Amino acid sequence: MESTILRTENFNAFFGTSHVLKNVNLAIPRKKISAVMGPSGCGKSTFIRCINRMHEFIENATSTGIIFLDGENIFKFNPTMLRRRVGMVFQQPNPFNTMSIYKNVISGYTLNGYKLSKTEKDEIVETSLKHAALWDEVKDNLHKKGTFLSGGQQQRLCIARSLAMKPEIILLDEPTSALDPISTSKIEELLLVLKNEYTIIIVTHNMQQAARISDYTAFFYLGELTEWDETKTVFTNPKNEKTSNYITGRFG
Amino acid sequence: MNYSTSSFFRESRNLFFKVLVIIFTIITLFPLIAILFYIFKEGISAINWHFLTHMPKPVGETGGGILNAIIGSVFIIVVAALIAVPIGVSVGLFFSDSNSQSKLYRVSHLAVDVLQGIPSIVIGIIIYLWFVKPFGKFSAVSGSIALAFMMLPSIIKSTEETLKRVPHSLKEASLALGVPYYKTMIRVIVPTGLSGILNGVILGIARVAGETAPLLFTAFGNPFLNFSIFKPMASLPLIIFNYAISPYDDWHQLAWGASFILVMIILFLNILTKLAERKWKVRF
Repeated sequence: MESTILRTENFNAFFGTSHVLKNVNLAIPRKKISAVMGPSGCGKSTFIRCINRMHEFIENATSTGIIFLDGENIFKFNPTMLRRRVGMVFQQPNPFNTMSIYKNVISGYTLNGYKLSKTEKDEIVETSLKHAALWDEVKDNLHKKGTFLSGGQQQRLCIARSLAMKPEIILLDEPTSALDPISTSKIEELLLVLKNEYTIIIVTHNMQQAARISDYTAFFYLGELTEWDETKTVFTNPKNEKTSNYITGRFG
Repeated sequence: MNYSTSSFFRESRNLFFKVLVIIFTIITLFPLIAILFYIFKEGISAINWHFLTHMPKPVGETGGGILNAIIGSVFIIVVAALIAVPIGVSVGLFFSDSNSQSKLYRVSHLAVDVLQGIPSIVIGIIIYLWFVKPFGKFSAVSGSIALAFMMLPSIIKSTEETLKRVPHSLKEASLALGVPYYKTMIRVIVPTGLSGILNGVILGIARVAGETAPLLFTAFGNPFLNFSIFKPMASLPLIIFNYAISPYDDWHQLAWGASFILVMIILFLNILTKLAERKWKVRF
């Protein structure tokens, strides 16, 4: 396997007394797309929310075990520093509705109080929007509110916003489940390009999507990691019965 | 069963209630219009440039204006807003973001509800005991403090209600960018709810602009022009009160004029609220 960027070690997560992630051991390869799949309530969203420590914001949420980012324990990081290295895109497009497109892209810097010159800002906005394949559609309207865009464009704006911080990993929590098929395919194409520079972890409900774009697939069932392998292997020759049942549509 | 009769009864009952509702609406509207009309009729004759730009004259002399009261009201209210807005918005922010089961939330929420119900004269007396008696003098700032207390509930409630409606996803978006929690609240959540917060602030100001009782023992009133908030100061409600209970007809006329100005200010603030709401309304 290629070099590992993120590794979990006996990782458990809890909401109060309910045990939502059970002893997860997993090594995510660098600059690949890893899909996280499983039926509802299996802990997939919780898993990626632990990677950038958003899990901690929920009351009574706790975790045990260690996650290493480039060999460093993320629980020893300042969480805000960690989140600058690990970006996140959510299920519902959530651009800041008080800000223009331009300000949305640069918001990771402005909200954190970085001082940038006008040219630096312009450059970051342009490259981020180009990376998110949104530049051509919005370059003439950069100072309009981001909420005037379509849902798919808003989602790409959110991707651009997290790319602007130059993260090492991008977490996507069912990024296309609120979008139409055309917007979905645009985002999928985009992710295939982005994996040349970023490590991508995507939670998805959609098996075809996982099969289409991911290099590796993790399958969670009731909080346990039942399968983790190359996507091809998971889909053609799953080792675990539950995975094969899910993939063949017997439950889920 | 005869359907046509039952339908006749149903429809007539329907009509009866409809008419009843409209009549009651008109009945409530009527006093408001009557009051506005009366104040307008009595007050407009007192209004002229002289009235707005001159000081009150001593008893016996004709003419005179209410310049000191207008300036005093503006001073007292601005200082009250400067005190109440930061506190009120902070408390509203805390309420909107805290677990509604927590003890602090429940106790302080109840306290705000009770504060809203405290009669203004009682607040005046309390502030007198806390801020006037210890310093041994009446002052505009003690009046501002009393009014600030009265504004707080409206600001807190509107801030809380507005911020509760800001989608959780925006907070997550900001946190996921590595923005610290306090900055997320101040720079993302509050600006998103700005229209509702402003609405509460302006309505709070409109509510206290006409308060007389809390100012009686605090700002006290002052027949002279005064720009120091640490000295007694005139204000519109106080001047109306003093002129209205006086035995002189021309002072009554001045009281009508001052009432007219006060009502206009409040009307203006209400219109301003609507405009602010439209201007800063955020699409979700």
